[in-house]
Amino acid sequence: MKTPADLAAIRVAKKHLVASRHDNMNAVRVTVGMGTCGIAAGARAVSNAFVEEIFKAGLDEKAIVVLSGCMGDCSLEPMVTVEVPGAEKVTYVKMDAAKAARVVAEHIVNNKVVTDYTK
Amino acid sequence: MFRSYVLVCGGTGCTSSNSPKVIEALENEIKAVGLQDEVKVVKTGCFGLCALGPIMIVYPEGVFYSRVKPEWIKEIVDEHLLKGRIVKKYLYQETIDGDNIKNLMHTRFYEKQTRIALHNCGVIAAEDIDEYIARGGYTALEKVLFHMQPQEVIEVVKASGLRGRGGAGFSTGMKWQFTASAEGDVKYVCCNADEGDPGAFMDRSVLEGDPHCVIEAMTIAAYAIGGSQGYVYVRAEYPIAVQRLRIALAQAREYGLLGDNIMGTGFKFDIEIRLGAGAFVCGEETALMTSIEGNRGEPRPRPPFPANKGLFAKPTLLNNVETYANITQIINNGAEWFASMGTEKSKGTKVFALGGKVVNTGLVEIPMGTPLRTVIEEIGGGCPNGKKFKAAQTGGPSGGCIPASLIDTPLDYESMAAIGSIVGSGGLIVMDEDNCMVDIAKFFLDFTVDESCGKCAPCRIGTKRIYEMLEKITSGNGTLEDIDKLEELCYQVKSASLCALGQTAPNPVLSTLNYFRDEYIAHVVDKKCPAGVCKSLLQYVIDPEKCKGCTACARQCPVGAISGTVKQPHVIDSSKCIKCGACMATCKFGAISKK
Repeated sequence: MKTPADLAAIRVAKKHLVASRHDNMNAVRVTVGMGTCGIAAGARAVSNAFVEEIFKAGLDEKAIVVLSGCMGDCSLEPMVTVEVPGAEKVTYVKMDAAKAARVVAEHIVNNKVVTDYTK
Repeated sequence: MFRSYVLVCGGTGCTSSNSPKVIEALENEIKAVGLQDEVKVVKTGCFGLCALGPIMIVYPEGVFYSRVKPEWIKEIVDEHLLKGRIVKKYLYQETIDGDNIKNLMHTRFYEKQTRIALHNCGVIAAEDIDEYIARGGYTALEKVLFHMQPQEVIEVVKASGLRGRGGAGFSTGMKWQFTASAEGDVKYVCCNADEGDPGAFMDRSVLEGDPHCVIEAMTIAAYAIGGSQGYVYVRAEYPIAVQRLRIALAQAREYGLLGDNIMGTGFKFDIEIRLGAGAFVCGEETALMTSIEGNRGEPRPRPPFPANKGLFAKPTLLNNVETYANITQIINNGAEWFASMGTEKSKGTKVFALGGKVVNTGLVEIPMGTPLRTVIEEIGGGCPNGKKFKAAQTGGPSGGCIPASLIDTPLDYESMAAIGSIVGSGGLIVMDEDNCMVDIAKFFLDFTVDESCGKCAPCRIGTKRIYEMLEKITSGNGTLEDIDKLEELCYQVKSASLCALGQTAPNPVLSTLNYFRDEYIAHVVDKKCPAGVCKSLLQYVIDPEKCKGCTACARQCPVGAISGTVKQPHVIDSSKCIKCGACMATCKFGAISKK
């Protein structure tokens, strides 16, 4: 038997399943380059790290992670762009999972570009 | 944790256009490229745009692949899901806007819709209670059980202005009040899912796409009126809906959201499914309850009304699926929120099943009072092949037609009644210049003759006689006198029949007589069918000016009715012609026409 508290716990635990299922036109958009060059440089781990960190920050209704093909500067892969609505697109280079966590915490949560990782 | 969700419709429409194969291919390909921990495939209910099925939506982008074929899946997985390159050629064309891809919510079909009853349909996995809960499911039940008195719940439903979505449009709050006030040791809560109107499928879609919202709403209703047992009466022809409902009921019981001690409050309620055997009359409330009792599905006179003496002669609340689908939203968002939509007397939204001669067939949910024009021209995309809109039939066999001249009529209970039609259960069949209105009336009467239960004479005999008169008119043997007799009989059947089936059965005839009397007259006086539908009144003729004597039609004719020599104009012998139209379809020179 589930009490209201149990149901509330399910709502928190399972929210990520349905969080992205709406019109995401105004969401923060994190794009991970997933060309052959990106995949070889570890872009899959980067995209997964972004998904997890965004969820941990409780932002999964406001920020989405999408993939793109090669971004054109293969030596700097994995590359990631972050687009906050109304702001310039920011490109991060040579990303990894730890850097992804910092970008989420600083750029997406606090709106401060992490200049250490930009080109 | 998943990066991406691929939603594939598993409703009846898309299932029949092969969506199970698409889902299977997706799961295989996703595993083959090792993305099973990143991408989740979700089998949903109907998302509405049935004409484009199977439909597949990829989140978080919200891109919309239409008419998906299993053989496309490998390419979509390799390109889009693995490498982020959306496969544009398979997208719904309208979502491609130069280099940008529009979210499907910004397409013409969805933009004007307001989805309340359908808010979870096509969005959640219908067989997963956790997704329902994650989208706010069972918060309304919790609010009601812990923070509201039964009478307060009824007041909210009354104040919302919600009216029965099954057809009659009676105030839902009043119905709840009558049942709550009735004396009885046991009270029942029933759900009418015996959706029978040809062309209507919103109730099926709600049960297939969001079964828990019906279960939750029935439980709320039981709390409000003091009910302890519920029944969902659903047609056996809806196997997917029945299966999803069964799964949902089992999950709800497992979570203690149905049963002896709901959410630990001691409140007791459970729901059983009763399958209908496909009799249209069982959608009528008294016949439905007679059928649940195990008797032959026949209506009984009212009063007594079900609220006082319904199922097993106990006070019974009976609402339609779509009516229940609004309840949780009203409880969560408040009566004022719901009442702010729609018109003065018709509140909220209504789901229409858009079908017939319209580009985008499917389910649409719009605020009450939206003009018919918006639904047909903007959401529906107009009639296909540039044909001219002629009329729309609302309310199925109980409803009437709306001619093109009244296309700006708002879709709400009052405006529809004022022009001799009804909102009904929400079937909306669009007809173009190629539809004969007498033939349409005959079609619906054919249906009601078949479905009349036979208990009362006016319906059993009257509908049959009406049908025979229409048959006489469409076969070219009618007279002007027949039209007058037909009209008179229609009024008699309406006033003398026992239940709503017979009382509304003549409506398609009366409304076509009202708006398209000239077509009836053309059938009986000129012996012509202006739309070229009624075969007995048609003649295929070859224009000797245009005929090249190629002999193609003569070779195609199955009965040898066409004669002529090579390179000379041919002629059709109308005494032999069976009017199959094969010659007209074959002619390359447009020399054959039907008159």
